[in-house]
Amino acid sequence: MSEAERASRRRLSIGLAVLSLLLMLAGLAAGSEGWSPGQTWALLNGPDGSLVVWEIRAPRTVGAWMTGALLGLAGAVAQGLFRNPLADPYLLGSASGAVLGVVVVLAGGTLVGHGISLATADLIARIGLVGASFLGALLGVGLTLSLARGAHETTRLLLAGVVVGVLLGAISDLITNVAPEALLGKQAFLLGSTGFLGWSNCGLMAGGLAVALPLAWRLSRALDALTLGEESAISLGLALARVRVAMVVALALATGMAVSQAGLIAFVGLVSPHLVRRFAPAAHGFTLVASTAMGGVLLLASDVLARSVLAPQELPVGVLTAVLGGGYLLWLLHRRNIT
Amino acid sequence: MSSLLQAQGVSVSLGGRPVLREVSLTLQTGWTVVVGANGAGKSTLLRSLAGLQALEGGQVMLHGRPLTTWSPRERSRQIAWLAQQGGATGELTVREVVHLGRLPHLGLFAEPGPQDEAAVQRAMALTECTAWEHRRLHQLSGGERQRALLACALAVDAPILLLDEPTTHLDPPHQVTLVRLFKHIASQRIVVTVLHDLPLALRADHLVVMQAGRVVAEGRSDDPAVHAALVAVFDHAVRIERFGDRFVALPNLD
Repeated sequence: MSEAERASRRRLSIGLAVLSLLLMLAGLAAGSEGWSPGQTWALLNGPDGSLVVWEIRAPRTVGAWMTGALLGLAGAVAQGLFRNPLADPYLLGSASGAVLGVVVVLAGGTLVGHGISLATADLIARIGLVGASFLGALLGVGLTLSLARGAHETTRLLLAGVVVGVLLGAISDLITNVAPEALLGKQAFLLGSTGFLGWSNCGLMAGGLAVALPLAWRLSRALDALTLGEESAISLGLALARVRVAMVVALALATGMAVSQAGLIAFVGLVSPHLVRRFAPAAHGFTLVASTAMGGVLLLASDVLARSVLAPQELPVGVLTAVLGGGYLLWLLHRRNIT
Repeated sequence: MSSLLQAQGVSVSLGGRPVLREVSLTLQTGWTVVVGANGAGKSTLLRSLAGLQALEGGQVMLHGRPLTTWSPRERSRQIAWLAQQGGATGELTVREVVHLGRLPHLGLFAEPGPQDEAAVQRAMALTECTAWEHRRLHQLSGGERQRALLACALAVDAPILLLDEPTTHLDPPHQVTLVRLFKHIASQRIVVTVLHDLPLALRADHLVVMQAGRVVAEGRSDDPAVHAALVAVFDHAVRIERFGDRFVALPNLD
């Protein structure tokens, strides 16, 4: 590694750490009346201070960072695995599966007599929205893997992901047609929100991150070998099918965990690895870890903005990430066209 | 003693079309070039020998054992492979790419040691990549990328090298450098390359001439019978003439 590369990685790492810290503080200071450190200080010294700051704002802030981190990691894994800079974490049917899970829970009561029994509806209600969307995401990826007959071929895997996405999406639409009251919840889930994150959600996401990040990082050399092409990677002794399954597991776990806690937040997974490669291009070992931190920073920054821009009203954070992420990609495209 | 690498009645079909038809071949130490018109099955033969192609019939034997019984790691230490115009691109530096050539020895988890570092340095020196070892794949020209990928294959330090069109994108001085390199490393190894450049191919030790999925001739590169087959598979569009103690291929424009 050249000295210049080492310096750019160090700069990015320090920058992400400092930004994470500053945004965490901003997250604690951003409330329903906008962003105000002074008011936060007064609040902390007031009777309900610790409740508001430590039980509402703090878990939301940490949770937003973790959701973004999971999506950033999943995006970097997807782009490395599919050797495509436009790959995003929702490619393998996890998004449509998670939406279906949420819709089934929301429509559970109405669906009694329309194909499901009372006992089933009760079981679904017990699973809850978070559990159902996580199971739905895993179901989507599982269906994609079985339709593609494993992870032997990238193209087949991608095609299977598209087919599963369309199929599960159609089932969701069918259910909302029978039970229109589920539409509102579905819409909220599609927009994404960090507003309901508590410490238990943070604990779950920390667990997901603790499994998915080391797993992906340990296999980062396989992603490096994949940049030479699939056959070259196999010729270097890589058991590609097994590596791909492990990577899909890390991808599904990170994506499923993120969407089940905060809904479908757009563009964070797609943009984070791009930004990392822009500031400090490197092999996958560094890119995976830095994309994780970048995702955390992006979503937390969006969350603080979403809370502050129209306070006391709050923007859905997914709308903001879509606008910012889409704007960044447009700018990138424009810049490339010029050069 | 069994031969190092052998194809025994290998047949391959792609999309229902037969591409290799019962090809049998024993590869020897030295530099062997596979030649033939487009679609003759050269690259498929090389991929079959590397264990990267599902066979419809026959088998490939490595050290007298079917290639399919070797584990991917074991096989990769024996056979290094260079893809045809590999679509490799991305953020990896040349040095990182060449280090990937040590994966067969290190696996995914072990850290490289002095022996691996020496193999990487040697491979970069042989392909003249050292001067730009910190440049990234996407910053390289086609020829430079080809040399970096060749260095990766050389870093494996395998007794068998299968290289599909390794001189593609290279300028004449680097083509000459590679021919010298193949000659040098083939003194103790099996080096098999697919080449379209007939003047370069005629400098090899052995030639394998292919047509429509079959090997129609094989032998030393100065064998008149092999030359006759080579001219025939190219529809007499080339002719081979003696020039001092060497043979050269010329376009037949008459």
